Amino acid sequence: MSHESPMIKIMGLWFNLSNILMITVASIIVLIIAVVCTRNLSMKPTGKQNFMEWVMDFVRNIINSSMDWKTGGRFHVLGVTLIMFIFVSNMLGLPFAIVVDHTLWWKSPTADPVVTLTLAAMVVALSHYYGIKLKGAKEYGRSYFQPVGFIFPLKIIEEFSNTLTLGLRLYGNIYAGEILLSLLAGLATSSFIGVLAAAPLTIVWQGFSVFIGSIQAFIFTLLSMVYISHKVSHDH
Amino acid sequence: MLLSNTFVLGASAGVFNSGDILFTIAMFAILLFLVKKLAWGPLMGIMKQREEHIANEIESAEQSRTEAKKLLEEQRNLLKEARTEAQTLIENAKKQGDLQREEIITLARTEADRMKESAKLEIEQQKEQAVSAIRDQVASLSVLIASKVIEKELSVEDQEKLINEYIQEGGR
Repeated sequence: MSHESPMIKIMGLWFNLSNILMITVASIIVLIIAVVCTRNLSMKPTGKQNFMEWVMDFVRNIINSSMDWKTGGRFHVLGVTLIMFIFVSNMLGLPFAIVVDHTLWWKSPTADPVVTLTLAAMVVALSHYYGIKLKGAKEYGRSYFQPVGFIFPLKIIEEFSNTLTLGLRLYGNIYAGEILLSLLAGLATSSFIGVLAAAPLTIVWQGFSVFIGSIQAFIFTLLSMVYISHKVSHDH
Repeated sequence: MLLSNTFVLGASAGVFNSGDILFTIAMFAILLFLVKKLAWGPLMGIMKQREEHIANEIESAEQSRTEAKKLLEEQRNLLKEARTEAQTLIENAKKQGDLQREEIITLARTEADRMKESAKLEIEQQKEQAVSAIRDQVASLSVLIASKVIEKELSVEDQEKLINEYIQEGGR
């Protein structure tokens, strides 16, 4: 657990190389899934196309549950990308972790709070952007004082807490999963008995983590759409 | 083994990896763009196309259904019309047949009457002829008788008797 992160400094900014590697890997996997599943499109969907259409419908249902499709349709591609990217990211850390010279290279990119908070902040920023774009600055500003004026400070706090909870929920779930997995791996490498003890636990925990990872991807997308809908719809 | 630095939000070595923020956003934006371009766009297109196709199919099915209904109604009407027409045709034929029968019968009857009449007439004529012929004969006979009577001397009674006899014979 005392693994170092491969940090480098470029132009005054610190980069975690393992994060960069894993984000790239996750992006490439998502892109490959998306592209492979949408080759040879046909009116009668088969196999891979069915899967992709299922994902699209799933996200469409998420959006429809929080806003009408006329305003929500433009966030569909965002939702699809979000859910696939986060799901793949969550799954990446499950099968193994690669450690080279005490430096952790292979992990879930979502097990880093900076990454998840960046995604959360991006979503919240998008919600503000579309709130102003779709409702106009005046109505957007007024929404901070509704239903009553003194709620304004709470609304400001809410924006930050939304960002924090959105990012940290994802991070916490995935990071905790990875810690437990690496603890189990440490147990397995300690002794022969350790292997016997750790093997079933690892299997159970990996299965549970698959579940957690899917749920978290779903929750992140769902909450993103809810936050956005709060900003863009008129009756809130 | 669990060191405190891993608990500080996982940030390692105490350095804030601020560059990752930029990288995450950049990577996500690129991914978003590529997914939209390569997967979402075409798939959405095909889904919309399918939606339209289904809508069209439903519409055309509806249309052909109403058309079929209309045709059925039309056919039914035609059938009804044909049936009534046939009925009237039969009726007409029957009426005409009746008329013709009546005509033929009357014709035959008048013909028969005519024939009977002419036959009667002929019979009458024949009778007349016969009677006149007899009358002639009676006259000649009476002449003959008279001559015979003159030849023979006859009593008045005998003469009368004889004449009556002859007349009776001739009048028969």
